[in-house]
Order: sequence, then C-alpha cells, then structure tokens
Amino acid sequence: METAVFIVCAAIVLAGALGVVLARNPVHAALSLVGTLFGMAVLFLNLEAHFLAAVQIIVYAGAIVVLFLFVIMLLGVDRLEDLSVEPITGQRVLAGIVGLGTFGLAVAFLVTSDIGLPGQEALTGPITDQYSNLRQIADVLFTDYVYAFEATAALLTISVVGAVVMSRRIARADQAQEAPESQEAARDD
Amino acid sequence: MVTASWYLILAAGLFTIGAVGLLVRRNPLIMFMCVELMLNAVNLTFITFGRELGDIGGQVSVFFVLVVAAAEVVVGLAIVVAINRRRPQATADDLSALRG
Repeated sequence: METAVFIVCAAIVLAGALGVVLARNPVHAALSLVGTLFGMAVLFLNLEAHFLAAVQIIVYAGAIVVLFLFVIMLLGVDRLEDLSVEPITGQRVLAGIVGLGTFGLAVAFLVTSDIGLPGQEALTGPITDQYSNLRQIADVLFTDYVYAFEATAALLTISVVGAVVMSRRIARADQAQEAPESQEAARDD
Repeated sequence: MVTASWYLILAAGLFTIGAVGLLVRRNPLIMFMCVELMLNAVNLTFITFGRELGDIGGQVSVFFVLVVAAAEVVVGLAIVVAINRRRPQATADDLSALRG
C-alpha cells in the first residue's frame, strides 16, 4: 500500500514540478505548483508526519499559492511567455549540465553512503507511538526550540511590516518630485 | 517496500527540477515558484531522515522552513509588486540595477 501511494504521489509531484518549469502561462505554473504541494502532503502522511501534512495544505496550497495567483492577477502578467527565445546563449545547456550534476552527485552520495546510521541516538526526541505526532512536535518546539520559535514570530512581524512599507503608494509630497523622473523613465523605456 | 532511498531520490529530482527552472526561467514569479519547489524537496529529505533516525527534530526543522518560506514569499511578492509599479512587465534580465 505504501509503495502504491509513493508511486502515484511521486508521479504527481514530478509532473507538477515539470509543469511549473515548462508552463508558458504563470497561472498554469501556479496550478501545477498546487499539484506538487498536494502530492508532497500525501507523501508526508506516508512518512507519518501528520501535522506537517495538514500545515502543508493549509499554508502552502492554501495561503502561498493563493498569494501567487493574487499577485499574478493583480499585475496582469498572465500573458503567455515566449520560451523559444534563449536570452543568454548556451544558458539552457549549462543549466541542464548543472541540473544533471546536482542530481548525479546526490544519487551517488546516497548510493555510496550508509544512511541507516544504526545505533544513533535521537538528538532532540525519539518518535514514539505513545503520543500523537502533534504532541511530540509541540513538546520539542516549546522546550528545546522555544527561542527559535520566538524568533519566527519576530521574523513574520518584520516581513509583514516590510511588505506593507514596500507596496504602499509614494507619499504625496514625494510624488511631485517623483513625477517628472518617472515620466523620463517611461520615455527611456 | 519503499525504503528511505526512494524518498531521497525523489527529493533530489525535485530539487534538480527547481534549480534548473530557477536558472532557465526569466519571469520573477516563476522563479519564486521554483524556489518553493527546492524548499519542498529539502523538507522531504528532512522528514525522511527524521523517520529513518527516529528523531522528531526533522519535523520541527520542516516547521521552521515552512515559516521562513511564508515570510520569504510575502517579502518577495511585495518586491515584485513594487518593481512592476515602476517598470511593468520587467523580467529578471531587466532588473540588473538595484535602483528602481
């Protein structure tokens, strides 16, 4: 059963990833990304990470992809992109070589190394069947990683403030000075 | 029976697709999506190793990666919106200078 789920989800994940890279329309790329993230959530369930599977659906497929789609539609960039033109000559060949190298090195490392690491003690906390997955994560998160958890709260606050500052309209006093410059910029383009 | 190696190979493949897409594509939004693919590949390796070693720390790390990814998308898309206000339809090649 686990094998069948893995094969189906791996196919969905890889097809979605290829869809993101190859789609000419950004909206189609975002929808392919949903497929990848959904397949990944099912793989998390397969690996008994129940809480993260739920968070993956809620945060990634729910919030992040919707944010992507929102920006695509807000900016009106949902036009087809011409992929036949190669902006930098030879770049795609080099990118393919880099990709093959990355994949080959990862697989070679995997084949030659012993990932089982038998007899290794769990550093943070062992996975047990005694408590639920959520409780085990919470136990570690609010004891060993509590400072990191507080830091993520600060990070989210800073990023929200930064997003608001960057996307706000230019103040009226600046606009009088900015206007001729932006017209010049438009003419140059 | 699926062993941990299959999950790791899948993660390596997903990371590779994301990396190649990041190098090849020129639309900033698509490049962000490719970064998300790479982050997801790393999340899968974290959870696979966490299960293999019987350690809950892998899943806690993925939790932090998810938070950082959300913050990154918020700031990145705000930058894309700000750039598009001044220079509509700009690609990554057009954005070689730091000043708007």
